Amino acid sequence: MKHVVIIVILVIACTFLIHTGLTNIGLLPAEASTQSVEIDRLFGVHIWLVSALFSLIMVVMLYSLIVFRRRKGETGDGAYITGNTTLEVLWTAIPLLAVIILAYIGGKSLGIIRRIDPSAMQVKVISGQWFWRYQYPDYGVTTTDLYLPVGRQIKLEMTSNDVLHSFWVPEFRVKQDLVPGRTTELRITPTLIGDYKVRCAELCGASHAYMEGLVRVVSQGDFDKWISEQQSAAPMDPVLRGQQLAQQLGCSNCHSVDGSKKTGPTWLHLYQSEVELSDGSSVEADDNYLKTSIVNSNLQVVAGYSANVMPNFADLLDQTEVESLVVYIKTLK
Amino acid sequence: MRKFISLGLVRGLIWQIVGTALGIGILTGIRLLIGLPAWKPESAFVFGALLGAMFFLYGVGVLDDWIKLASGKEISEHIDESRLGWRRYFGASLDHKVIGIQYLTLALILMSVGGTFALIFRSELADTGMQFLTLMEYNTLMSLHGMVMIVGILIGIAAFMNYLVPMLIGARDMAFPRLNAFAFWLAVPAGIILLSSMALGGFDTGWTGYPPLSARAPIGMQMFFLGVSLAGFSTILGSLNIIVTAIRLRAPRMTPFRMPIFIWASIATSIISLTATQLIGLSFQMVMFQRLFGMGFFDPGKGGNPILFQHLFWFYSHPAVYVFVLPGLGLISEMLPVFARKPLFGYKWVAISSIAIALIGFLVWGHHMFASGMAEYLRVPFMYSTLLVAVPTGVKFFSWLGTLWRGKITYETPMLFLLAGIVVFLFGGLTGPPNATVSTDLHLTDTYFIVGHFHDTMFGGYVFPFFAGIYYWFPKMTGRRLNEKLGKLQFWLMAPAFIVLSLEMMKVGMLGMRRRIADYDPALQFVSENQIMTVAAFLIALGVLIFFINVFWSIRKGEVATGNVWNSRSPEWQVASPMPMHNYEKPFEVVGEPYDYGLPGSVYVKFKESE
Repeated sequence: MKHVVIIVILVIACTFLIHTGLTNIGLLPAEASTQSVEIDRLFGVHIWLVSALFSLIMVVMLYSLIVFRRRKGETGDGAYITGNTTLEVLWTAIPLLAVIILAYIGGKSLGIIRRIDPSAMQVKVISGQWFWRYQYPDYGVTTTDLYLPVGRQIKLEMTSNDVLHSFWVPEFRVKQDLVPGRTTELRITPTLIGDYKVRCAELCGASHAYMEGLVRVVSQGDFDKWISEQQSAAPMDPVLRGQQLAQQLGCSNCHSVDGSKKTGPTWLHLYQSEVELSDGSSVEADDNYLKTSIVNSNLQVVAGYSANVMPNFADLLDQTEVESLVVYIKTLK
Repeated sequence: MRKFISLGLVRGLIWQIVGTALGIGILTGIRLLIGLPAWKPESAFVFGALLGAMFFLYGVGVLDDWIKLASGKEISEHIDESRLGWRRYFGASLDHKVIGIQYLTLALILMSVGGTFALIFRSELADTGMQFLTLMEYNTLMSLHGMVMIVGILIGIAAFMNYLVPMLIGARDMAFPRLNAFAFWLAVPAGIILLSSMALGGFDTGWTGYPPLSARAPIGMQMFFLGVSLAGFSTILGSLNIIVTAIRLRAPRMTPFRMPIFIWASIATSIISLTATQLIGLSFQMVMFQRLFGMGFFDPGKGGNPILFQHLFWFYSHPAVYVFVLPGLGLISEMLPVFARKPLFGYKWVAISSIAIALIGFLVWGHHMFASGMAEYLRVPFMYSTLLVAVPTGVKFFSWLGTLWRGKITYETPMLFLLAGIVVFLFGGLTGPPNATVSTDLHLTDTYFIVGHFHDTMFGGYVFPFFAGIYYWFPKMTGRRLNEKLGKLQFWLMAPAFIVLSLEMMKVGMLGMRRRIADYDPALQFVSENQIMTVAAFLIALGVLIFFINVFWSIRKGEVATGNVWNSRSPEWQVASPMPMHNYEKPFEVVGEPYDYGLPGSVYVKFKESE
């Protein structure tokens, strides 16, 4: 009985000590979204659980190791105890109940962070090796940095150009993979004005570590100002517009304009040249060929390059944007 | 020189080189005949590697008996090879103890290689920016560290199961000795092919090999897929053998609840290996076919689905984690009563909990995919099933506490490693539930928190019990003890360093360090944490180095120990070490409970005086 009293006191003391320690060493980044507040509350539950269970098992174990050690000169064996069914049932039933409650709390928590606001602002996210691009369909703006107004739910509709990526801003907590060929969704409600970084969290090849981008949470006023700047910055001249799109969409990552060979064929002197295709035929690179190649690149694959490398831009670009790109490519003749 | 070439291993390697060259030649020849461009490196190397593995098996001699049988010739019973001395370890042997030690040696070699990879890229991470590796080299080493360690662990488990299962149940050998030898020798070319990926451009996908990335990685990727598929085949055959042996070859009156507890763990592990390994082989082969034959299983451009791969992959790879830890937890339960001098608390509950963990383990794979984009409603049932694993795992912890309570605990080296195993596995266990509840996992997944959590489960559930087992059964294998002083030095280097390492990993993970990154943002200010981790990693390596020194010294000069070193009740310690061929000269029958320490006058087994 004496053993039990000492152990109970030690377990309680250790639980509070460890809990205080864990909550004070700063284990989580700043809370910058409503989702992060809810997730941190659940982390709080976990920290209590970890402190209590760790204390329970470690105290009993260390106590046994010290008190029940074999002393000098002692021979013989320990007490003959083969088990205790009441104890076994208890330490099966209590944890079972505990995990069911925890799972219930977990389900609730998931419901809260996935709560849908119908007036959420839509942002399309396009990722690829190794860049982030954002489109604001409500405003007709495409950018490389993500600007978000504070206090409003954002619905990110995300897809990938090539391999799996994952959208993660640690200060927002939530994470979602971007999958080629489909759209995944992530909802974030930023609450704290500031600069953050989106960091790709799914291994995506050699430069995975560097696939980071700026995420700036600003006031509604600053956001409106930034949007109108972006809108006016979009050049009216189709050539400049095409050049800008080639940068923003990541075309220039694979297609050079100086004749060098990258993942895709160069654009230099492309227009009206004779292109050899992988099926052995050849075709003249006229307007029609260029347009088809942008929206359905697998139809006519250039000899020496593989199919299925370039994403299908049919869904991402409107007619004028495609034409701007074609006009730009023409100037590289 | 003649003697050297007559070693099975050397012959196997020569045949493997011949087979690989032949495979490359045949494939190129066929392409030439049907008018394709002759040289397609990817197909040539894959076919060459496959043929090389088959030739290796022929060369090493594990197919000889089957070839004789197929051609109607007589084959001999397996014979005493002890006259061969150390040479028997380098060729095809049918003795389960020899095969067990072969597995053990291969596991130690592979894990040392995998650990060296970790040291290299851990040094790279000691500071921000790239120090001495390229991004691709980093990714290759990091990816290979994962898979080489996993294959090493699987082989280490096979080592213990092979060495111990027949011995603990009083069998003369495994149920299928030839299949046993075949399974071991298949693992050797599998390991060689896996490591050859470094020479063929490496790969940058991590051990998970997710497409579409793995569908466009260099040719090294194919060697990774092929090596793992062959190692998986070896595991399936090995586990089949263990299950049959444990069911069919037990000593008289060894009823299920009187088996040594390690047998329960071995059966639970083998059930998973036998039934789930196919899925990782399948998923990897589907990517191989996608690359070789242009099939579109996981290619969205052809209507394929990249997430399907993750389901197939994790359907094996989550249960696989229990394959790694169940034998280790079994070793803890097996040895703890010996050092506590007390019966194993709640034997039946511990036994059933192994089976329960194995079965629940099949229902939880989706928790690796909470952020993957799989159907959203699936996240909740997977959360419930995942948390359920805590219940049988808890039973094990409480039973160990019950075993220690009121014992007469002694602290030899194996016991120290057992305790480290329990503590570190506790870290791993307690950091599990935050990954199970979906919303917290959305923060933790793909960060260093997962890396820390996983390494805790591996060191607690495998590495430390594995070392405990080696220190404990080394006298049985060699007739000599490992040096206690060096053993304790190894322990005090490894255990604290590892705990610091894993806690730092989890801390930086929670604060925002992603896993599998070759470099990290200086703005995050993780440099000092990473330096601590790098130093800790080298201390662990130093511990392992001391272990190897201990083994080489003790094999020749260690204290002679042929008797019951640990005063154990287990049958293998009732006879002199090392064990003769076919184990017990006199068969035994079970007359008591396996762990009745403290019950005066009781014994577990009684040897029959005459046949």
